[in-house]
Amino acid sequence: MRLELGEIHISDIKLGDCSKVENGTLYVNVEELRALLLEDEDLASVDFEVVHPGESVRIIPVKDVIEPRVKVEGSGGVFPGMISKVTTVGSGKTHVLKGCAVVTTGKVVGFQEGIIDMTGPGAEYTPFSKLNNLVMICEPKEGIKQHQHEHAIRMAGLKAAAYLGALGKDVTPDETKVYETSGVMSGKEKYPDLPRVGYVLMLQSQGLLHDTYVYGVDMKKSMPTILNPTETMDGAILSGNCVSACDKNTTYHHLNNPVIHDLLEQHGKTLNFVGVIITNENVYLADKERSSDWSTKLAQFLELDGALVSQEGFGNPDTDLIMNCKKLEAAGIKTVIITDEYAGRDGASQSLADADPAADAVVTGGNANMVIHLPKMDKVIGHPEAANIIAGGFDGALEADGSITAELQVITGATNEMGFNKLSAR
Amino acid sequence: MSLRVVHYINQFFAQIGGEEKADYAPEYREGAVGPGLALNAAFKGEAEVVGTVICGDSYFNENLDAAKATVLKMISDAKPDVVVCGPAFNAGRYGVACGTVAAAVKDELNLPVVTGMYEENPGADMFKNKVYIIATKNSAAGMRDAAPKMASLAIKLAKGEKIGASAEEGYMPNGLRVNFFEAERGSTRAVKMLLNKLAGKPYTTEFPMPSFDRVAPGAAITDLAHTTIALVTSGGIVPKGNPDHIESSSASKFGRYDISSFEDLTAADHETAHGGYDPVYANEDADRVLPVDVLRKMEKEGKIGGIYPYFFTTVGNGTAVASAKKYGEAIGKELRDAGIKAAILTST
Repeated sequence: MRLELGEIHISDIKLGDCSKVENGTLYVNVEELRALLLEDEDLASVDFEVVHPGESVRIIPVKDVIEPRVKVEGSGGVFPGMISKVTTVGSGKTHVLKGCAVVTTGKVVGFQEGIIDMTGPGAEYTPFSKLNNLVMICEPKEGIKQHQHEHAIRMAGLKAAAYLGALGKDVTPDETKVYETSGVMSGKEKYPDLPRVGYVLMLQSQGLLHDTYVYGVDMKKSMPTILNPTETMDGAILSGNCVSACDKNTTYHHLNNPVIHDLLEQHGKTLNFVGVIITNENVYLADKERSSDWSTKLAQFLELDGALVSQEGFGNPDTDLIMNCKKLEAAGIKTVIITDEYAGRDGASQSLADADPAADAVVTGGNANMVIHLPKMDKVIGHPEAANIIAGGFDGALEADGSITAELQVITGATNEMGFNKLSAR
Repeated sequence: MSLRVVHYINQFFAQIGGEEKADYAPEYREGAVGPGLALNAAFKGEAEVVGTVICGDSYFNENLDAAKATVLKMISDAKPDVVVCGPAFNAGRYGVACGTVAAAVKDELNLPVVTGMYEENPGADMFKNKVYIIATKNSAAGMRDAAPKMASLAIKLAKGEKIGASAEEGYMPNGLRVNFFEAERGSTRAVKMLLNKLAGKPYTTEFPMPSFDRVAPGAAITDLAHTTIALVTSGGIVPKGNPDHIESSSASKFGRYDISSFEDLTAADHETAHGGYDPVYANEDADRVLPVDVLRKMEKEGKIGGIYPYFFTTVGNGTAVASAKKYGEAIGKELRDAGIKAAILTST
């Protein structure tokens, strides 16, 4: 498969009465977008704010972050099975509004929503402080259940990102990147001497607000399967999660999966990137056993020499991570896992809920229990009192002066387990 | 004014002699001796070795208590801001002496201290979780690498500055995980690690696997009809309103609540504080997590002897193993003291 990503660099977002992309500025017709989003009968209101890197602004609680994209050539459309039809994506040409994102907030859905600070110490831990963000404050109608609330905000974010992405369809990209993958046979013929490497991408699927969607399919109801790496760049995988903010994979992470980008960068040079095996993180033991058996079986079908495994969430999914690693290693496939740690506030506790000697090559995104002080910001978008109840917060986390003392867990994307960040621990 | 450093070394590095002088008794000299000169160079004027305590390795290890007391007094009298011991490289007795002196300086004199040695020095395993030990090469040829690391860490400690992660500062991992920013993002580090692993080249895991303590389940209860059963959960069930504010993740406490008057938990009286799952179903009927209704029925039917009047609850979500262990021990103690032989633990 061959996918061209045309990046349109966005340096500012302006709200007004006309939607367009011009000279690197994204103009948003607020009324038109609001009307589109309020077609959802579960939403009571949607308000918009624009925030830029370096501003003294806090967004809390953050549900999802999504990068606007649009399909320009090739089959299918972005976010297949959710916004576009289910047609297979990942080839042709896609335009990306680079440097900006849609951030959804509003009344907290689950306990596990996050914080984005655009400046100060908190900003160093989240990649989203470096983007121009269109923040959408989505408030639900009274009386709806949490899962309806989650669905409404998820769809609002995706609709908005698709709406904004479409504005870039006829804009000439500032930069074009080409991603080309090989078939199982042609790759072997083309790179006979390079190690065959696969990526086992674990998707959060514990259910009860912990879900991930692939072409619209709820991943907890799917067996592990194989994706072409470029499919993720068109939004084949979407977040439906309210798991801990620091290590949840937002839709932005899926679109810009760093493992996929780094493996494609090395494809044909130091390794042969054969494909992506997606698997789930279900809660029942039989599901865990079956899925880890299957991810290993698929890796053996692809005759992999090596595998990289990334995780989402912590605790319960640690068992899936270790099962995957153990079984891949036992099948003779050299494995590296990416995780993060819950070593306690003092760093002295066991970091993972499961362990095995086979996991002898681990990359860590840092200790999520580390306590951080987030100073007061001039402006807060959303509901600051959520700091007292979100995962990583505690009663009194929000201080009278507006500052927050909490665990790193509260910061969206801080200890990402796809290896999106430079944060680590020893 | 530069920081005052006192340096501890053995008879060999003081150029007094080798094994034949290993019974050399403690001696204090003004200023830097031997490797202290390399430290002074590495301090770049920010600190200075004002005095050196020298002791033979055999003397120290064979007269441990007396030698330690004498050495500590000499160090204390010199009024240092920070103490440096060694480095001992791969010299075993010297490593143990450096570790012993360093630990005593930290615990008894309450002064900051740094030592250094090779990772296979027996002193490393004995002391790396107690004091900062810079990892050095296995011979004195490693002084050029060791001196700047020991000097930099000593200055930071003396000034009370934040100490970075082991990989940044060069000290041996001491069981405390410390966050820091790497030069490359995690995915890039993972790809490089995998390429090394595939090529059979050396690589270093960022998180060595811990050894887990597994608990064998207790023997089955044979006389349930006369056994009182306790209910314990990490599913976060609490009286409505969460009176003790148990956190939704990384719980700092557990709760103990009276259920003696409850036949059935309902949305009117109980809910969950857990942040790791959609609370709708637990909030509708907390018996789904803490099965009070079923146990009351079994109690009436005479299948179980009774229910312990209090249930214990915490939130398992993101809670450190060390915290969970502490809560488990406290709960276990109360149940044991009350003569309770059986408990049902529910998770989520």
